[in-house]
Order: sequence, then C-alpha cells, then structure tokens
Amino acid sequence: MTSVVRLGAASLPVAAHRPLWFATRASGSITLLLLTAAVALGVLVSGRYAPKRFTRFEISALHRNVSVLSLAFLAVHIVTTVVDPLVPVGWVPALVPFISAYRAPWLGLATLASDLMLAVAITSAVRLRMGRRPWKAVHWLAYAAWPVALFHAAAGTDTHLDLQRGLYAACVAAVLAAVWWRLYRAGPGMLAGRLSAGVVAALVPAALGAFLASGPQGVFL
Amino acid sequence: MSDAQTASGVHTLLIDRIACDGHGACAELLPELIGLDEWGYPIVRSTDVPGELLDHARRAVAECPVLALRVEQKHR
Repeated sequence: MTSVVRLGAASLPVAAHRPLWFATRASGSITLLLLTAAVALGVLVSGRYAPKRFTRFEISALHRNVSVLSLAFLAVHIVTTVVDPLVPVGWVPALVPFISAYRAPWLGLATLASDLMLAVAITSAVRLRMGRRPWKAVHWLAYAAWPVALFHAAAGTDTHLDLQRGLYAACVAAVLAAVWWRLYRAGPGMLAGRLSAGVVAALVPAALGAFLASGPQGVFL
Repeated sequence: MSDAQTASGVHTLLIDRIACDGHGACAELLPELIGLDEWGYPIVRSTDVPGELLDHARRAVAECPVLALRVEQKHR
C-alpha cells in the first residue's frame, strides 16, 4: 500500500496511514473548534457579557487571541491539504472559492469560509484606521464563515465517527446558546427581528441534522 | 518610549458618545483617567493623557469593542 491512489474510495486505506492527511483532518477539526469559540466569545462580547470572575477586556482579549489561533490552525489545514499529493488541490483553488474541479462544492465551502475568515481578520487588524461602521460590516461576515465552515467539516472524512459528530454538536450548541442569549439580552425592542434571527440560528442544527442523516460524507477521499 | 516622553501632555482622550455602548473595558484598562457612571458609561476624569499613561491609553483604545475611544495628538 505504498502507492498513492488518487480520487477514489479505494484510496481510503492508504490515506489512513499518511501523516499529512492526518494533519489535515486534525487541524481542520481544531480550526472548527477554535472558530466556534471565537464566534461564541465575540457574541458574548457584543452582548456585554460580564461574569464576576472575569473582567470584560479579558473576554474580548480571549476572543481576539482565539481568533488568531484559529487562523494559525487554518493555515496548517490549508498548507497540509495543498502539499499532500493525495488530494489534488493547488494554491489557487485553496484561495479562490468554487473554481476547483476537485470535490466541488465541498472544497468551495472551505475556501469561501477561509476567505471570509481572512477578510474578518485583516479588517480587524486595521480596524482603528478603518472606522467603526466599515469594520463592523465586514466583521458580520464571521456569522457567515462559521456555518459554511461547519458544513465543509460535516462533509469531511471523519464525520462518520461518533466523537466527531459530538464535536459538531457541541460547536452548534455553543454558538446557538451564545446567539440566543445575545438576542434575549438585546432587550424588548425589535422583537420581530430578534425572533427571526433566533429562528434562522435554529436552522443551522436542523440543516446539520438533515445533512448528517442523508448528505454526502467523507467526500474528500 | 521617547515618543511618550516628548509628547507628554499633548495627547488627549476622546470618547464618541454616540458609538459608546457602555462595555466598560476602557475603565478596566485606564482607571487613572476613566471611571464609570452607574449605568456603566465612562466618566472621563481628565482628557489629558500624561506620557506615562500613553501606552495604557492606547491599549484601552485598542480594546474598545465599538471603537468609541480615541487618543489624539493635540495640535498646538
């Protein structure tokens, strides 16, 4: 089993013993975990979460540091994917969404999510120069990046594992809890808007459940 | 920080009251100059930023979640 078999279900036993492919899957899972934490913490910051044991700047600093860490693992995830000859993904399809012939649209979701994360990160790095409104407008893209990344992950190689499904469930529960708390805390106004946002948020676990029940998994090999 | 020393006393603290949501991070990071009222909104004790507090003031500016705090150099 030394030869590299491309693009086929028969390549799975080969893939199971390749360090690069392990690194890709592991860094992907960790990126999703960190992105989830970053999104949930960001929601807490915007809702002025103020527990007694922490100061507020600690929570916002944690939000930023976890976000930067998620980018580091995202970089590992992308580099190991491109370098690994097992999956034919080049640098350009890793950066430009939906142009890769390989495993479209699932790889496109990955590229879209990472581009959105990059946009959020770069604008945050220069946010004092940008001004509040443009920065905030771009920062909202994080809400799009997270579910896109989640469904890219759900199409992944390890989704059949109970532990992996547990990780996805925990990620969804964390963001959903944070978003619902935020919408509840936002006060009495804009009830229709808050209710519809809450319903839209609830669509994520519903769609993920439907995907896990019937969607294609393990598509990347 | 030679910048802080030479510019001592010429930096000033500005709060955008419209943007401020009362997160309170500024008062945690710069208690020497900023306190909070009973609703959690900032009360500026002094808008002049002394040189030894300039780094702390810039940290507070960077941590404001709604970018409502600025440190600007006074034009004389």
